[in-house]
Amino acid sequence: MGRYVIRRLLQMVPVFIGTTLLIFVMVYALGDPVAAMFGDRAPDPATAAQIRHNLYLDHPLWQQYLHYMQGIFSGDFGTAFDGQPVTQLMSSAFPVTLRLTLVAFAIEGIIGIALGLLAGMRRGRFADTGVLGFTLLMISIPVFVTGYLLQYFVAVKWQLANPAVADGAPFGDLILPGIVLAGVSLAYVARLTRTSVAENARADYIRTAVAKGMPRRRVISAHLLRNSLIPVVTFLGTDIGNLMAGAVVTERIFNVKGVGFQLYQGILRQNPPTVVGFVTILVLVFLAANLLVDLLYAVLDPRIRYA
Amino acid sequence: MRGAKSATMVIGAIAIALTATACGGGSSSNGAEDGVVRAWWGDPQNPLEPANTNEVNGGKVLDMIFSDLKEYDPKNSQAYLASADSITSTDQQTFTIKVKPGLKFSDGTPVTASSFVDAWNYGALLTNTQKNASFFSNIDGFSQVHPDKGQPTAKTMSGLKVVDNLTFTVKLTQKFSAWPDSLGYKAFAPLPKSFFTDHAKWIAQPVGDGPYKVVSYTKGQSMKLVPNPYYVGQQKPKNKGVLLKVYTDENTAYADLQAGQLDVLDSIPASDIPHVKGDMGGRYLNLPAGINQALSFPLNQKTWGASGMEKVRQGISMAIDRDSITKKIFQGTRSPATDFTAPVLGTAGGYSTDICGDVCKYNPTKAKELIKEGGGIPGGKFTISYNADTGSHKTWVDAVCNSVNNALGTQACVGNPVGTFADFRNQITTKQMINPFRAGWQMDYPLIDDFLAPLWGTNASSNDSQYTNPDFDKLISQAEAEPDKAKSVALYQQAEKLLVKDMPSIPLWSQNGGVAWSDRVSDVTENPFSYPVFYNITVK
Amino acid sequence: MPETTNSPVADQVPTPVEAVAAAAAPEQRDAPRSLWNDAWHDLRRKPVFYISSLLILFLIAISLWPSLITSTSPYACDLGKSQMGPANGHPFGFDTQGCDVYARTVYGARASVAVGIFTTLGATILGSVLGGLAGFYGGWWDAILSRISDIFFGIPILLGGVVFLSVIKGGSITTVVTFMVLLGWPQIARIARGAVITAKQQDYVQAARALGASSSRMLLRHIAPNALAPVIVVATIALGTYISLEATLSFLGVGLKPPTVSWGIDISQASTMIRNAPHMLLWPAGALSVTVLAFIMLGDAVRDALDPKLR
Repeated sequence: MGRYVIRRLLQMVPVFIGTTLLIFVMVYALGDPVAAMFGDRAPDPATAAQIRHNLYLDHPLWQQYLHYMQGIFSGDFGTAFDGQPVTQLMSSAFPVTLRLTLVAFAIEGIIGIALGLLAGMRRGRFADTGVLGFTLLMISIPVFVTGYLLQYFVAVKWQLANPAVADGAPFGDLILPGIVLAGVSLAYVARLTRTSVAENARADYIRTAVAKGMPRRRVISAHLLRNSLIPVVTFLGTDIGNLMAGAVVTERIFNVKGVGFQLYQGILRQNPPTVVGFVTILVLVFLAANLLVDLLYAVLDPRIRYA
Repeated sequence: MRGAKSATMVIGAIAIALTATACGGGSSSNGAEDGVVRAWWGDPQNPLEPANTNEVNGGKVLDMIFSDLKEYDPKNSQAYLASADSITSTDQQTFTIKVKPGLKFSDGTPVTASSFVDAWNYGALLTNTQKNASFFSNIDGFSQVHPDKGQPTAKTMSGLKVVDNLTFTVKLTQKFSAWPDSLGYKAFAPLPKSFFTDHAKWIAQPVGDGPYKVVSYTKGQSMKLVPNPYYVGQQKPKNKGVLLKVYTDENTAYADLQAGQLDVLDSIPASDIPHVKGDMGGRYLNLPAGINQALSFPLNQKTWGASGMEKVRQGISMAIDRDSITKKIFQGTRSPATDFTAPVLGTAGGYSTDICGDVCKYNPTKAKELIKEGGGIPGGKFTISYNADTGSHKTWVDAVCNSVNNALGTQACVGNPVGTFADFRNQITTKQMINPFRAGWQMDYPLIDDFLAPLWGTNASSNDSQYTNPDFDKLISQAEAEPDKAKSVALYQQAEKLLVKDMPSIPLWSQNGGVAWSDRVSDVTENPFSYPVFYNITVK
Repeated sequence: MPETTNSPVADQVPTPVEAVAAAAAPEQRDAPRSLWNDAWHDLRRKPVFYISSLLILFLIAISLWPSLITSTSPYACDLGKSQMGPANGHPFGFDTQGCDVYARTVYGARASVAVGIFTTLGATILGSVLGGLAGFYGGWWDAILSRISDIFFGIPILLGGVVFLSVIKGGSITTVVTFMVLLGWPQIARIARGAVITAKQQDYVQAARALGASSSRMLLRHIAPNALAPVIVVATIALGTYISLEATLSFLGVGLKPPTVSWGIDISQASTMIRNAPHMLLWPAGALSVTVLAFIMLGDAVRDALDPKLR
């Protein structure tokens, strides 16, 4: 187990370098960011050249990359074009996104599992079909449509919530964007739970439990649900990474100044330090989550062992 | 049941994490503070230095925290003396400026002649990479502090001289009679000593001499401003402060305004304009602003720049139904162009309702004829490029194309979105545009010169069309030197007529500023730069 | 690497789709031949299968020949009719530009269906070849491929889209498909890899190896047919999400460009107009949902049919 973890951690190093290089090249490929800083006015060549020099943009790509990596190893992630250090952006954006992610996560976990259990227990009946239809709908409607619709009806028309998330992202404000963000994953959780519950409902140990006269509630909670949740928990674990990275649209609609917002700004302004920094951290979170899930899998399923 | 137990533990851990982060923050309330106006804001792109701010979000703040030598009346955009006691000149080239005595910055330090001279020298010096450095380019000695190539040979401009504590002189490189009226532009703002001694601190919390003072600034989130206790000018705030809230999407801001979470929104989404009056109970204003939009042609390309092509360009102009588009797409919040300026200038300032004449009027028959005479659209097809990331340009570009296609009876025109504004601007400045592209111009100061000289002068700073016409250049420098305002405007308009003939770009419409507000506030209006006039707003 | 791989996903990240498929991955202990026969037999008894197949055939037909059901051009727009409701000959009303919403909805099918089908084909072929080889040969190749797909998973869609649209100067169906294949293949590759690892350890493959079968023969004759099932299941579900993704790309301004007519473009234009002209959003969004539904329902039916436990 220990050796396996070390090997996986070591593999993160090339992934880290690969990601930073790839993203760096991608942002570089977008072209010169300096022209856009001057708005609709053409940049004065002397000032533009001076800015390029100050931002290290007048060097070849590989030197820029080395310069950037050098900074990273001394803890300097560079600065955004408005003069803010990227580390400062990160420290304000990641906690906000983490909160949003946790809310979305709780929603998808609780509602998703409940719906899945309902559908799995009543396979083929009305409740099952209803849940299936609902999940299909969630998957098939683009996020921005659900976002704008919910925002208009729930927040503006019925005044049940605030249409935008306030500074500091209080949990009350995050419920609406949380639902929107959780939407698709919620559908997957429900379907996964349903399949798993339906399978396990016919397992021998359930039949045994029922046969020995165990109360129905206890059969469900102690045997059926607990065993069916193994794949679901695994899925939920990896989904944290997905949710954090996938909030660009949701964060924009609900005015959440999190990772998605900063990434969007960074991309539009073609600022390599912002984009590379955020994406790299996201990839690392993703890798760490993968590793944890793989380990969790081994804990949950004793048949799997890592060497 | 080992697995099941672990699963429960995981869920338990998540629950703990949730409660833990719940205590971590989120106590800040967005509730209305007594007497404070909550207004829409976007994240400024650059540090908030006056000579470095060239977009509306930073400009909005500078407008509140700085008082310039001259300021513009929000109603008729006339320049009046604000921080200056007098600006005089005998030859229209050397100006003597006296600063009003007793003015103070919001940190209590005095505003003197050197506050201006030091600020302008800072703005012009190449190594400070200020994006508006070119505004100082007509001051004598600019080429030494800001050479086209290489390092500066001087740190200060020789044209700026401090005479005494409150007086300084400015020598321009050539005559420019209306120059004092351009001094309301915020690049010309004075700066306190602390700007130079502790720059980082100043950037974190800017200090100015205007009606408001910054009390807190969280980048990317919000800025809180309160009235500046040292301010003695005529823009004394009638409220207890302003809270600028950063929004990522104007649709969200509009939703917040409806829900009573926001008081002033000066960027109404196009889709909400049809019902904004109903939603806000009439609390909506739509005022002309010094912004116009046009369709620029890359005249450096043989296809569009060849002689004779001006007829094709005029023809395309006549194939655009400006009346319908402004009415249907913009709901009357833009006015069809009749010249190359904007109505805010007023007729005395040089705005004209007939300089463009028939060329800016919809006439499909004439359009077809002209295009045929000029040799037809190059290749029979063209695109209109625009940036897709901001400003919802797609709707009107599509409408313009449909109008052209309907008029010509072919599918000649199609919109071409470019992913980011940065990419869009790069294609223009590196002269890679091969087809027409959208152009927007927001005036820096309410003078006709600002709508013509920077845009169409040979090699001028914003001449994206690469237009060049020696007759035009000559008329502009004559107009700039002419001390009599009426005569000067006549010369500018003469130059403008050349533009109608050559049509380097098709004027489309001038933009209005729209502002809507909650029932918590009243007396909301906008100035010609389409910023809300914050000092006038009262809170219930 | 896992020492014993009873689960095909032990060393992988289950993405949403993958996790669903993983749970649905057929038990390979069953006789391999009868799996497909059983599945087909099972499918033929399902109404869902027929409904979704018919819908998909209909969609493909109107993508190829939109003029079958409309004679109006999607480019004939009259600004005077901007956002007007249904009128004679224009059952769905008009959009902001005054174009016929019905014609645009019909013509929009082509882009969405093409993006869905071609992206799925591209991602499936690329993903299953790379994933399959990695799973089969293991070792360094496997490690490298897995880490490369980690990197691709980490790239934000928006960044990829903006870069692609700016660098390739695209916006045609081909560029959007290429971009989505680049982003989509790792997902399929992981499924394929897991499936191949599982299949590789089955008794009949071990038997073939003992009998001296060559690598290529083992891979093509024995492993591939059995590893294909989960890939197909994931691919059909992913197809629906690709169509949905095209709309999101258009919303962010980096998707298809005019003159291509697409539901994504129209939905993103209409999404803020729900109050002025809800019909502008309703029809293309409805069409998109129905299409995605049809493909997911088909995928579902196939999955259920391939899963003997649920039969």
